[in-house]
Amino acid sequence: MEETGPLIIHDHYEIDYRHSYAEDSPFFLGLGKGKLLGSRCTACGYTFATPRAYCMQCGAATQWHELPLTGRVHTFTTCHYGGEAFLKETPFTLILVEFDGADTLFLSRLKNLPPDQVRIGLPVRARFTKTPTFKVTDVWFEPLDHPRGQ
Amino acid sequence: MKPVYMISGGITKFAKAHPDKDFRLMVKEAYDYALRDLPRFSKDMISGAVGSYFSDHFTRQLKAASMVQDFLGLCPKPSKRVEGGGATGGLCFQSAWEAVASGRMECCVAFGFETMSRVNTWKGNEFIALASDTNFDFPVGGFYSGYYAMMVQRHMYEFGTTVEQMAMVSVKNHANALYNPYAQKAKRLTVKEVRESPMVATPLTMEDICTMSDGAAVCILASEDLAGKVCDRPVRISGVGSGSDAMRMADRPHGNVILLPHELESDYRDLKYPGVHSFRGGRMAAKLAYEMAHLQDPNEELSFVELHDAYTSSEIQTYEDLGLCKYGQGGRFVESGRPFMPGVDYGLELPEQGGLPVNPSGGLLACGHPVGATGLMQAVFAFWQLQRTMEKHLGNGTLQVKNAKRGLIHSHAGTGTYITVSILEAA
Repeated sequence: MEETGPLIIHDHYEIDYRHSYAEDSPFFLGLGKGKLLGSRCTACGYTFATPRAYCMQCGAATQWHELPLTGRVHTFTTCHYGGEAFLKETPFTLILVEFDGADTLFLSRLKNLPPDQVRIGLPVRARFTKTPTFKVTDVWFEPLDHPRGQ
Repeated sequence: MKPVYMISGGITKFAKAHPDKDFRLMVKEAYDYALRDLPRFSKDMISGAVGSYFSDHFTRQLKAASMVQDFLGLCPKPSKRVEGGGATGGLCFQSAWEAVASGRMECCVAFGFETMSRVNTWKGNEFIALASDTNFDFPVGGFYSGYYAMMVQRHMYEFGTTVEQMAMVSVKNHANALYNPYAQKAKRLTVKEVRESPMVATPLTMEDICTMSDGAAVCILASEDLAGKVCDRPVRISGVGSGSDAMRMADRPHGNVILLPHELESDYRDLKYPGVHSFRGGRMAAKLAYEMAHLQDPNEELSFVELHDAYTSSEIQTYEDLGLCKYGQGGRFVESGRPFMPGVDYGLELPEQGGLPVNPSGGLLACGHPVGATGLMQAVFAFWQLQRTMEKHLGNGTLQVKNAKRGLIHSHAGTGTYITVSILEAA
């Protein structure tokens, strides 16, 4: 076969999805009001740090549960590469946050701290965007000892 | 359930790209190889097929398995596609097993492929990250290497696992692949070189992470009756198991360990499980497979393991899920040398080298990870190990596990959302 360069097919498909967060919507509306809403099981009391309309442990319905706005780093990484959509944001730090009173964790970004200073157990505080986009990135975390609002 | 045997297998060379072969031809190459290796078998003995590939995004073709079915000349026999993230190949293998075990089919072909070279690496990473929750996880910075990096940070915190122990896995698997002509990325590495390669997501470097790949693999499974007629050295599939976990790893519980027969509750008094450091689905898959195959202590009763080492860290985590060592001992298990091949020089001090070889083929780290083919590739290598025909198929016998009697294959999706374990035994 004759050597040729690759044939590039430009297929930049772009889709406008009519999206609904449906039963999880109050969580996203909550971010706009500076609240982090988890879910507490009405039967067994298990508390998730994410929206889950039904309990993953026992199957009963949950009710919304306001999480504290401070927690601790349960684990972390700093990404120096990423999926194409996030390459321009590298390096960025991902953390799973643990909260008092919740049985599970919450995935978010940690900002305002050099990567080499991130550690497990670090106290962190939630920060919210002033212009909600109704995405999970409307909230992020920073070290608790970072001067507020900077 | 009826006994099920693997009677042949084939693979293409896994490569960065195969511009001269589309996915249909890649599968056909592997399929023809499997047929050539089984001269008394004929195509009319095939009852049906199961195809696997992970991503329609990579293929830019929906229902691509139908195109393979017709290309292989298997129409109008039964066919379907199985998809389950990284475990796609392992699920496909077990789906073919189910077809024969239930008596629905006498002979089922499992084929799998992936063509990942069609987009750049970072677009590919984005496609893969779409297999995480697109409302809660992907938008934060969807990147599987980042997810695995967070899991191993916690593993290091809980158990004292070190980056050097992880690097030893990379040294092992890349060096094993030097003797495997099907592998994409064989090379001799040192622990220092693994650590000094570019950082991807702390603490994982480029050499801690498998590469994207193009490739295909085929397994032919049959009933006892048919296996006895057409195959001189059939391999019995004596146990299958699978497990699952929550899509968002943030949602996973911190409870009690699921125990294997050789473990005690007192082994894990203070361990909160699985958290994000362990794969509960992998433990469940192993437990079910061991029960079916009547295994009491996998570390004693297995001859080798081919497991899903998408990351050096996940190989260490998986030793523990499979019960090759206790939870928390994975790092020390590598250092002991047990998962290394005997007779291969790794440039490392390995006191118990070769006790239980893990990923003698080179695994995903060195063979590559063409997702839909990967779990079936493991089955083919395990089949050749148990037939003791590695030398014939690889052109050298370095990776042949001596007196191989029983092997384990392990396929793994997402951050542990679907996991399969299958046990194969020399008949």
